[in-house]
Amino acid sequence: MLDFIPSLPIASWVDDAVKWVTNTFEFFFDPVKDNFGWLLDISAEYLSMIPPVIVILLVAVLAFFMSGKKLGLAVFSIIGLLFIENQELWSELMYTFTLVLYSSLLAVVIGIPVGILMSKSNTAESIIRPILDFMQTMPAFVYLIPAVAFFGIGMVPGVFASFIFATPPVVRFTNLGIRQVSTELVEASDAFGATGQQKLFKVELPMAKPTIMAGVNQTIMLSLSMVVIASMIGASGLGRDVLSALQRAEAGAGFVAGFAIVILAIIIDRLTQNFNKSNQ
Amino acid sequence: MPVIEVDNLSKIFGKRSKEALSLLDEGLSKDEILKKTGCTVGVNRAKFQVEAGEVFVIMGLSGSGKSTLVRLLNRLINPTAGDVYVHDDNLSTMNKEELRRVRREKMSMVFQKFGLFPFRTVLENTVFGMEVQGMDKEEREKKATEALELVGLGSFIHQYPSQLSGGMQQRVGLARALANDPEILLMDEAFSALDPLIRKDMQDELMDLQEKMQKTIIFITHDLDEALRIGDRIALMKDGSIVQIGTPEEILMNPANDYVEKFVEDVDRSKVLTAENIMLRPETVDFDKHGPRVALERMREQGLSSIYVIDRTRQLKGYVNANDVLEARNNQITSLKEIIRDDMPTVEKETPIQEIFDVIHDSPVPVAVTEEGKLRGIIIKGTLIAALANVNGNGVEDNA
Ligand SMILES: Nc1ncnc2c1ncn2[C@@H]1O[C@H](COP(=O)(O)OP(=O)(O)O)[C@@H](O)[C@H]1O
Ligand SMILES: [Mg+2]
Repeated sequence: MLDFIPSLPIASWVDDAVKWVTNTFEFFFDPVKDNFGWLLDISAEYLSMIPPVIVILLVAVLAFFMSGKKLGLAVFSIIGLLFIENQELWSELMYTFTLVLYSSLLAVVIGIPVGILMSKSNTAESIIRPILDFMQTMPAFVYLIPAVAFFGIGMVPGVFASFIFATPPVVRFTNLGIRQVSTELVEASDAFGATGQQKLFKVELPMAKPTIMAGVNQTIMLSLSMVVIASMIGASGLGRDVLSALQRAEAGAGFVAGFAIVILAIIIDRLTQNFNKSNQ
Repeated sequence: MPVIEVDNLSKIFGKRSKEALSLLDEGLSKDEILKKTGCTVGVNRAKFQVEAGEVFVIMGLSGSGKSTLVRLLNRLINPTAGDVYVHDDNLSTMNKEELRRVRREKMSMVFQKFGLFPFRTVLENTVFGMEVQGMDKEEREKKATEALELVGLGSFIHQYPSQLSGGMQQRVGLARALANDPEILLMDEAFSALDPLIRKDMQDELMDLQEKMQKTIIFITHDLDEALRIGDRIALMKDGSIVQIGTPEEILMNPANDYVEKFVEDVDRSKVLTAENIMLRPETVDFDKHGPRVALERMREQGLSSIYVIDRTRQLKGYVNANDVLEARNNQITSLKEIIRDDMPTVEKETPIQEIFDVIHDSPVPVAVTEEGKLRGIIIKGTLIAALANVNGNGVEDNA
């Protein structure tokens, strides 16, 4: 019906753009791929070298103290991690943990400053907000394509794709947390002659901290939800076991690996939630 | 020489503020300007001077522009037009750095809802102003501790604000403002969030402090009683304009216009003063918990010949007198329930004081002031007579 408008070549424009970015910033992408890739591998390998018993004990002790000296989470962690070890998925677990750790770190390190900027400027907010919406609603698979173009296959594009998918909550919550600080406290800070920086660090960030930590928690959970998808472009870890089980229709193996991801998710989620509480 | 001088100061909220400003000069009212331009007149060409050591009260109904005006004085809000001089320095033309220096050194502010940082202890709150100036830790903590002792909070410095009552929190707010010994105090409805009794304590305490410190205080309130109690001069605001400035006497005697008159009529004291305004804090015992021994001990401590009895929920149950209690104790009776009397005069919080006079004169015990059956305060003959004497005092001058 609308034949008189020729089909717009959007897809090929995007292709061109990705190609251009890939070529132009090769000088940046290549060293990142090499150095960051090396860092990821070595982190995961060192983690795998620690005897599982020690890791399990450390996690249990951490869980015990972070949850206010209650046994629940500690016991769950011990049983859950022993299960993963028993299923011979320990080194995959370490790779997955590395992927989640670095993509969340990256998301937080970049997301919090962006959130602060957004809270300070209505213009910045009106520009960044739709970008965040876009990042979160675009199907996560789509990020794999430029990720591969920029960084090849392996852990690095996996971290990159997880980072894009997982960053929005921490940005949003930082913005929200700072904007929610009551006018009176902002006025008190101004009235006593605080500079913008003093106000941010002495009043706004401490007040916003519980909200920001809720954002960090969501960010970590989202990056964990990316591990299976990231394994499609060669990221190692539990996700790869799920994926290969899917390709070979092995329901049992898929279930075990998936279950291991769930255990990791629960431990990380409860730990970060408690971190939030104990600091309020 | 005035400490603060305000000249032709206006604030208009909204996008078309310049246009609204010229309409204001043409004499249009706040409502008309809102209709025409969508802008709200916050403050309309205010002009006044405040002298050193003066308590200058700005009073008006809610929405009359008091908070806006006080925030123009330290430029938390930027003026649309006009000037604020602190001594000879014009705040309106200062850059950020100069303005910060004035805020740090010359004036500090006390807030209606206290404005305390919940994640900081009382001491950490109190040092805030000095901390942002970069004063060293030892010195600022010493000064803050002194300020906290001044307001009677010396033993609470390591508590968090949420652990304190409202009155105590506002003392912290006051200590924080005083810690750096600023010349000017800005207090925006500083006592409005407090219970009437505590509020009166705070007013008295502020006056005591002021006697010692001689600060220049700008005090905002919507309560004429409060204004009359603490103000050296009072400015009355309506719709963003100051409609009268004068001493409490001048305002009461010669209201400048109908608006002021209406305000002042409200203060025809015998009509308006209610039990709540003159009641004192009651001494009580709780008959669910306490027996004759506790009752005797409390009466002895306070030098009372009777004491009111309440239950766990503060419901007024009656009173006991010293003789009965003594006898009960000697007869090994452990519950107050057996000797409680209930022939005390009782009035509601809202009862005008004129009516209280009728019930108090032949009563053996103070009048109980209740709210929904709960004991809120007591009234003794002395305070009632003092309050009535005040009324008559005004009346005499009125006739003269
Ligand atoms: N930030 C603002 N934006 C728009 N209008 C405001 C703002 N602050 C106050 N006003 C308006 O200015 C008027 C004076 O308000 P305010 O100074 O808070 O009065 P008060 O403290 O006497 O209750 C009111 O009509 C109020 O609605
Ligand atoms: Mg106000």
